[in-house]
Amino acid sequence: MDLNFLEFEQPIAELEAKIEELRLVGNDSAINIGEEIERLQTKCRALTESTFSTLTPWQISQLARHPQRPYTLDYVPRIFTGFQELHGDRAFADDPAIVGGVARLAGRSVMVIGHQKGRDTKEKIHRNFGMPRPEGYRKALRLMELAERFRLPILTFIDTPGAYPGVGAEERGQSEAIARNLMVMAHLRTPIICTVVGEGGSGGALAIGVGDRLLMLQYGTYSVISPEGCASILWRSADKADLAAEAMAITSDKLKEHALVDEIIPEPLGGAHRHPDQMAASLKEALVRHLDILADEDLDDLLARRYKRLMGFARFKE
Amino acid sequence: MNWFEKLMPSRIRTEPNSKRAVPEGIWAKCPGCGAVLYRAELERNLEICPKCNHHGRLSARRRLDSFLDPEGREEIAPDLESVDPLKFKDLKKYKDRLAQAQKDTNEKEALVVMRGRLKGLDLVAAAFEFEFMGGSMGSVVGERFTRGVDAALAQGAALVCFAASGGARMQESLFSLMQMAKTSAAIGRLRQRGLPFISVMTDPTMGGVSASLAMLGDINVAEPNALIGFAGPRVIEQTVRETLPEGFQRSEFLLQHGALDLILSRRELRDRIADLIAILTHRGPV
Repeated sequence: MDLNFLEFEQPIAELEAKIEELRLVGNDSAINIGEEIERLQTKCRALTESTFSTLTPWQISQLARHPQRPYTLDYVPRIFTGFQELHGDRAFADDPAIVGGVARLAGRSVMVIGHQKGRDTKEKIHRNFGMPRPEGYRKALRLMELAERFRLPILTFIDTPGAYPGVGAEERGQSEAIARNLMVMAHLRTPIICTVVGEGGSGGALAIGVGDRLLMLQYGTYSVISPEGCASILWRSADKADLAAEAMAITSDKLKEHALVDEIIPEPLGGAHRHPDQMAASLKEALVRHLDILADEDLDDLLARRYKRLMGFARFKE
Repeated sequence: MNWFEKLMPSRIRTEPNSKRAVPEGIWAKCPGCGAVLYRAELERNLEICPKCNHHGRLSARRRLDSFLDPEGREEIAPDLESVDPLKFKDLKKYKDRLAQAQKDTNEKEALVVMRGRLKGLDLVAAAFEFEFMGGSMGSVVGERFTRGVDAALAQGAALVCFAASGGARMQESLFSLMQMAKTSAAIGRLRQRGLPFISVMTDPTMGGVSASLAMLGDINVAEPNALIGFAGPRVIEQTVRETLPEGFQRSEFLLQHGALDLILSRRELRDRIADLIAILTHRGPV
């Protein structure tokens, strides 16, 4: 089993392996097997297309967590120039699960903030699997207030399983840290564009997710609790995560339907990790386009619209 | 549950909530110290155990009733009701859970908001109803809260909120998460106007409610020994395999770690909060 492929992608993986084999044979034999390779490639593409056109929410959830999925620091050099990472909350520590810094986007000075997961085991632990501690939210807040003072638009990239459920995180007031970010971001006097690039896990995601626009990559997810967490509470078994993923409407298409997301950014066939450059290019195009609009708006109007947008996130009858 | 209830077949068992309206019996056992107490006296004592000072849960209505002046009360947005935007169904339908909660609590939703007075001071007060789906925050809770903020802004009044909640309402998924942003944004407006927001955390104040409106008080108050935190203690134990320190996530622990301004007994809330608001708004003693 190829670990770069998810379980539901295994038939695709097998085909690709076969193509690879034929290529090797083709290299050291005189027989022309180019036709056969081409036939298999067409078949493989069709299979990928059909697999990816009928993904279940739970499968999308696995794609959002794919070990090869591009993370914030994979996008930064592909989208921005002159990025300089800035560290620390000035109070307790520097949280590596959230990164941030100043940069330029298409020539414009901006602030970049995003969750960061690790690629190998060592880095995963260093980044705490992308689960921020209070220091992370406070660093993000410090950088956002810095951005406000220097009129830098803020671009955030959301990709976290959620806030870190640890003793120290509670002791250092993670509730307050998250809450404060929500309140401050709602009124921060600079444009804010948030993009869910992977997992949008609950309060840990929202803590850098309040702004003027919410964009979402096609195979990102955003939910109030993880499918496993929801399943273990409501179905009393984490094995029902697929049902919970379905019920909670965590995928970009559903969230767009409910007007919670402003724009879905399509992913390359097979997901962002198959073609990170292509993904970054589409994301950059969308960010520049939205920022061009927001940067021209009067700040008071922008804030009034942001507030109205937040107040509108509700469904009820009276 | 007493021995008599256990004997009764479940179909004809009285609803748990009728306990509040019609006392199930003459005696009640304190969950804190196990003392057997006279039910009527416990109620007169605002559900505080006279032996060990355990603060039992108070319904939203009784909370507001015991806190506000009797005259000049008016409920805000009482007719708001939840819809089921996602057609959510787990082992039960969300619609059925809502109907059951409404029947059990006699409330339409998990937050009750009133305009009124506190020792003569104009005030808006909100209280969570924990018996309504664990006081969970969905669209209606968020909307009632922000309408309470709007009323406070319109009147130039202070806002007091009594939290008692397990957190976000999963059945509304991302809509419920967004209530955290919505309520926090509204509190930001109170701050801009210089109107006091006093947050009173009661047992329990967890998850998305703790990580939004509850922690944003100009003054954060808690009742004694209330469970307050973001992640639940069991979740922390299971995922991190850390042993939890003594008194972890209790009011006294939070006070020690700097998250609260003060812990107040339920009996003194009226006087102390009225005076806090009076001082913050440059008034003499009320």
